[in-house]
Amino acid sequence: MSTTTDKVAAEDQIKNDIVSFEIDGQTVTAEKGSMLIRAADAAGIVIPRFCYHKNLTVAANCRMCLVEVEKAPKPLPACATPVAEGMKVFTQSEVAKRAQKGVMEFLLINHPLDCPICDQGGECTLQDLAVGYGGDNSRYQEAKRVVVDKDIGPLIATEMTRCIHCTRCVRFGQEVAGIMEMGATGRGEHTKIGTYIEKSIDSELSGNIIDLCPVGALTSKPFRYSARPWELIKCDSISPHDNVGANITVHTRDNKVMRVIARENNEVNETWISDRDRFSYEANNHGDRLTMPMIKVDNEWQETDWNSALEFTLRGLSKVIEQHGIDNIGALAAPHCATEEFYLLQKLLRALGTGNVDHRTGQLDFSDDELMPDFPGLGQSLQSLEESKSILLIGSNIRKDQPLIGLRLRKAQQNGASLMVINPVNYDFTRQPELQTIGTPQQMLESLAGLVKALADETGKSLPGDAIKLLAKVTPGDTEQAMAKILSKQSPATILLGNYAFSNSHSSQFRALAQLVANFSGAKIGFMAQANSAGAWLAGCVPHRGTNNSATDKTGSTAHDMIKEPLKAYIMLGLEPALDCIDAGRARLAMESAEFITMLTPFKPGAGELALDCASVMLPMATFFETAGTHINCEGKMQTYRSTVTPQGESRPAWKILRVLGNYFELEGFDYNSIDDVRKEMNIVISNNSQSDNVLKQVKMPKKLGGKIFNLYRLAELPIYRTDIIVRRASALQLTHDNPGARARVNSDQAAKLNIKQDDLIRVRMLEGDAQINVEIDESIPDACIWVPAGYNETSALGACGQASVSKL
Amino acid sequence: MINTQAALNLKIEMLTLATREEIDKWIAKYPADQKQSAVMAALRIVQDQNGGWLNTQLMDAIAAYLEMPPIAVYEVATFYSMYELEPIGRHKISICTNISCMLCGSEEVVAHFEKRLGIKLGETTADGKITLREVECLGACVGAPMMQIGNEYIENLTPETIDQLLAGLE
Ligand code: SF4
Ligand code: FES
Ligand code: FES
Repeated sequence: MSTTTDKVAAEDQIKNDIVSFEIDGQTVTAEKGSMLIRAADAAGIVIPRFCYHKNLTVAANCRMCLVEVEKAPKPLPACATPVAEGMKVFTQSEVAKRAQKGVMEFLLINHPLDCPICDQGGECTLQDLAVGYGGDNSRYQEAKRVVVDKDIGPLIATEMTRCIHCTRCVRFGQEVAGIMEMGATGRGEHTKIGTYIEKSIDSELSGNIIDLCPVGALTSKPFRYSARPWELIKCDSISPHDNVGANITVHTRDNKVMRVIARENNEVNETWISDRDRFSYEANNHGDRLTMPMIKVDNEWQETDWNSALEFTLRGLSKVIEQHGIDNIGALAAPHCATEEFYLLQKLLRALGTGNVDHRTGQLDFSDDELMPDFPGLGQSLQSLEESKSILLIGSNIRKDQPLIGLRLRKAQQNGASLMVINPVNYDFTRQPELQTIGTPQQMLESLAGLVKALADETGKSLPGDAIKLLAKVTPGDTEQAMAKILSKQSPATILLGNYAFSNSHSSQFRALAQLVANFSGAKIGFMAQANSAGAWLAGCVPHRGTNNSATDKTGSTAHDMIKEPLKAYIMLGLEPALDCIDAGRARLAMESAEFITMLTPFKPGAGELALDCASVMLPMATFFETAGTHINCEGKMQTYRSTVTPQGESRPAWKILRVLGNYFELEGFDYNSIDDVRKEMNIVISNNSQSDNVLKQVKMPKKLGGKIFNLYRLAELPIYRTDIIVRRASALQLTHDNPGARARVNSDQAAKLNIKQDDLIRVRMLEGDAQINVEIDESIPDACIWVPAGYNETSALGACGQASVSKL
Repeated sequence: MINTQAALNLKIEMLTLATREEIDKWIAKYPADQKQSAVMAALRIVQDQNGGWLNTQLMDAIAAYLEMPPIAVYEVATFYSMYELEPIGRHKISICTNISCMLCGSEEVVAHFEKRLGIKLGETTADGKITLREVECLGACVGAPMMQIGNEYIENLTPETIDQLLAGLE
């Protein structure tokens, strides 16, 4: 009885919140208090606008959206007029039209009308609306305003004389990206939009203001003057660089990728993409594309045809199998590859008789492989992250590693969530975390252990047997106690593990402790793996599980074991081992000692690069722009994409190369005619409850927390624009501040202890090898640590973590 | 990657302790999480500390001190005519030319100043003594035409009062 009344009351409530009114005689309904322009958009009624954007706050400063509203004394801006019951709106009336035309005349007063030389021409809101609402000539005789441009970095070209002061770019920085870099300086006639000082725009999401700017004031610098919008063919695609799988539109002309823009998908990327998603395409047109198969004969590289190259590969691999056995062959794939490619790679290796296949080049500790969920995922949807009330981030430079997840966390913070961080580096956040522990991985583990204990106290739950012993000597500090309170009181709670929680030698302990924290606090646990790692797991591109988590009769070596105990032959898929593997030093040694390395790669290795010396054959592989594929993101969303241009030269989609390799080895089941056949066969199923099952199957505690303590510990990280073979060749991205160069960072206390100064040339020595690089003093690095980036040739002899020593040169 | 706090502290050191104390009084007037409300007062105080004008470093220091983005400080400083962004003369004479003052003869006032000083509105005398500025209504229309010098308003201006004023300036 009471439930029915409740239900009726609730329905009444909803009814009360919905109002019905008329636009141009058409009856529409909308939520009470929502803005008129939204209702019109939903009903398909066109109202012109510049400053309004559905994902930004309302500024109502352009006045282009003026409409007539019955009983209102003057036209009202549709973007800032709340709807009300019985309202009558006219968008086409004499009054509305006159107002809109008047606004347009004002907007054009100071606009340079330089459409013929403007990149925005053909896709410019101002140009489009001027056709409908502008006059055919100008009454304005006076001098126009001119704005002197500032250089705001390698990604965005400015022509601020064209700016109509809509402030979309300013609001994007303030509200969405969270760093206000653009602003409106001056007043009235002298107002200018810009940075005021000569300064580059450094947000990892900066390119979105290109899409947002309704005129040609902000355009893409790499794309500048290279094509007209109407010449471009538009193809939908998915960006594979992170585990969000942002939806993009690729614009091509004459079979060349010209640019990439954001495509709306509210569940995934809303209307935004990261700069990495937007500008990585430059690599596709890079001069060093490998366009012919190449083989090494008598230590000389020579171009050859596919047939000879594949025969050469067959012979080389067969020889190794004969002499050393199949288990001396291993395959490593880059995490951004397509799911179909992962699938065929593991199928090939397993058909040959080995399980040595992996994609987890950023991971060192695999001891809990059997306990991992079906695939590493968020355990919830991206959208639901925004509803979290407390978030614990472990080992993640979230803004740079997963820019679009960073955005969701920021929104959660704006909605009142407390962000807590256990990190090795004091990273910049757009909103400061409430609590944080910064320290070496050992200190991070201790903090996490303290948190487990504090939570046990807080919730009264009892620790599992093996944890009692392990945590006996751990006493939680104030920070951990405060974290425990927040996590257990503010639900929904979320725990996210990032790259650093994978790339250290005790990552299984991070996972186990984090899982305990989740169990005690009721938080959802999420693993933020690299790129298309979820796809790789589900395709079976891991040594311990087959496709769809089936059991495999042959368990192989993990990515790290394969390089730690070098094999005689490798197949590398889209990977530059010494740059992609976090343990670059071992990868380098493994390559140097191998007898036969087959590289499937879109690029010719540059001078001095390892592959040049070590590889035996290079098979030109298509990039994701040139092949169809599937990306599975961190929430388990499967997104397929098609090729947008044909592969360059003789290069072929990797799935085709792997298929033909299967044929050359005369293996059964490699007769696919199209990628659809591959998809059908791999038949990846992501169950509905995969999100809730995203937990460790069992929590096993180690005997001892962490490992040895070093007096100088190397922290390794793949910076945002060094994460994969494609991104590393995107030239404009390489020029940004987010490409820090191969420099060693230490804080000033540590520098004093090591007796080194800013810019000193030093040698960093580790067990695996050493590096000669310059010093950068950086207070965000904790004591007893030296931060050296991976992903650079200069640092590719160093190991991933462990003891380092420094000498001045 | 640069540690923000350390970098910010360095910037804050541009402000003298006395200046910071002054600003703190203004910060105290607003809720604790709305420090940036003190930005206008801070700009004025710092401008006084620096001999009447603000440079980018000082504005950055204010941004750091009030925990706001530098561009948001530039927005305020460029919006209001009372903030100077370039060195100015020892005395700043701001002449109102808005409607009431204009009707009461501000054009002659400007002309007289320009003739006496040999400079145009917006310029500074060669000896660095006086800067002339044109400003909008200062809310003293009853005394139009009027001007401001330092923190003082001078109203009902005539060529004679102007001469007197100029004679009295150091
Ligand atoms: S630059 Fe573009 S987006 Fe920014 S205010 Fe001007 S017109 Fe709007
Ligand atoms: S869109 Fe409504 S005022 Fe700009
Ligand atoms: S117009 Fe000059 S003070 Fe008001």
